[in-house]
Amino acid sequence: MINELLGSYYIAKKDLKEYYFKPGTISWGLVFPIAFTLAFFIRHGGSSTWLAPGMISLAIFFGATSMSGMSLVFERRIGSFERLLLFPISYTGIALGKTLSSFLYGVISAVPVIILAFILVPIPPSNPLLLIMSIAVATFLSSTFGVLLSFSVNDPSQIMIVFNLVRFPMMFLSDTIIPVASLPELFRVIALAMPLTYMTESIRYSYTTAYDLVPPLPSIALQILLSIIFLFVTSRLIKSKIP
Amino acid sequence: MVIRRLMSDECILEARGLFKKYGDLVAVNGINFCVKRGEIFGFLGPNGAGKTTTVRMFCGLTRITAGEAYIDGYSVKKDGKKIKRIIGVVPDISNLYSELTCLENLLFSGEMYGVPKRKRLEKAEELLRFFGLWNRRNTKFKNLSKGLKRRLTLAVALIHDPKILFLDEPTLGLDVLSKRAIWDRILKLNEMGTTIFLTTHNIYEAFEICERIAIINHGEIVAIERPESLKKMFSAREVLEVSFTPDNPPIEELRSLHGVVDVEKEKSIFKLVIEKPIDILEDLAKYARDKGLNIATLRLREADAEEVFLNIIGEMRDD
Repeated sequence: MINELLGSYYIAKKDLKEYYFKPGTISWGLVFPIAFTLAFFIRHGGSSTWLAPGMISLAIFFGATSMSGMSLVFERRIGSFERLLLFPISYTGIALGKTLSSFLYGVISAVPVIILAFILVPIPPSNPLLLIMSIAVATFLSSTFGVLLSFSVNDPSQIMIVFNLVRFPMMFLSDTIIPVASLPELFRVIALAMPLTYMTESIRYSYTTAYDLVPPLPSIALQILLSIIFLFVTSRLIKSKIP
Repeated sequence: MVIRRLMSDECILEARGLFKKYGDLVAVNGINFCVKRGEIFGFLGPNGAGKTTTVRMFCGLTRITAGEAYIDGYSVKKDGKKIKRIIGVVPDISNLYSELTCLENLLFSGEMYGVPKRKRLEKAEELLRFFGLWNRRNTKFKNLSKGLKRRLTLAVALIHDPKILFLDEPTLGLDVLSKRAIWDRILKLNEMGTTIFLTTHNIYEAFEICERIAIINHGEIVAIERPESLKKMFSAREVLEVSFTPDNPPIEELRSLHGVVDVEKEKSIFKLVIEKPIDILEDLAKYARDKGLNIATLRLREADAEEVFLNIIGEMRDD
């Protein structure tokens, strides 16, 4: 068990060194969330209180998924992913390693947006502990989601296209930039099927002590459950890809 | 509980009825062979013969459809993790991590194999020096030349002191000097006790370096012999290189001459694989006279490694 965790940690450490400065990771994981946040805050000014938590969850989501997407595009395309399969580590250990590097990158992506939110919308979080916990859980869920999505695509060169096909609709349907409560019933049901909704809800609650669809504790519990499920499904997917 | 199979002391790797099917396609058809501890074993075959699939099954990168594969007594099917600790794999492409330096690539591999920190630092230094990469230890992998990338890929496969090293086309695309440097080191590793399982298209290299060679075609082992024995199997056959003036005859007519096993044409020279040189010389002279041709050049020599290989593969095809 300790060896497995150590193996996952080494994979994560290697990924950060290898992919931190890749153009795709920087553009989608750092530049895009900052530019997006600036654009929205400048447009909405002081009325961005509701928007700020959505921006933070988007930064986390894009940061974490970009890292997993980029690392697996490269490794599956040039065949270096097979190197990981040659090491004495389980498929779950590999999936966890990939998740950890995405997690760390997701946290890094969130920092500039949190600082921007604090400067441009000077509202302190009403529950800092819940905010930290929500960010950690949301980043972990985004990471497992990104890793799972990367392995679900058979052609590695299509991974980033599929990522954006999934991520952009989620942006609009997960209560991040459009209040889902104001949308027709059907959209609220769709929002409940999006992992990003639960990330946004718990982060938003830690700022405003209000939620639109799901209270924070069930939201966090569901995110943990989804992360475990995604991790398990990823390890099965890695195994199933062995011819 | 891991149960190690009792293998002959000599055998470090064994395939027993190893079989692989992709859909309806049989890639490896129930092969049996053993690689002796400490030997350099060559695994040859044309493209699509089943070489890579066989190696991938031993390394756990491809599932085994039926049969058994053992390395050092451990079952590949049941003891995957144990096997991974005792094998080193050098794939046909140098696919290490481009942003990591030579040293970082080695240390990462050492970490993944659970080599203790002090030992992996010592081993990394030893390997960097052994492969002539010490001065490049802080150079990123992406900035190395093709030959140096190959050397580092080989070094990384050795960080955990594997008992058996799988080499897939280790010198593919390298210049003569780089090839020699790689082979010198592989031979030294073998002298130090590492078993080498070599998959290659380079027949000459395999015949020169390997102690035994298995030839696989259409998923079946066609021959397993020492290189000299393989050559002897065809020693009765020689190659007659002949050219004609003023025209070249049709290749089919030469192939139909009595005693000619096969004919290949390279530029204006016909290479006739033959069994009885004296008989064929008479027939060839008569054939040339009848067709109004002159024999411009004529050279008789022993079949070389490539021709032996092609003959074995050819006979299999004829069967």
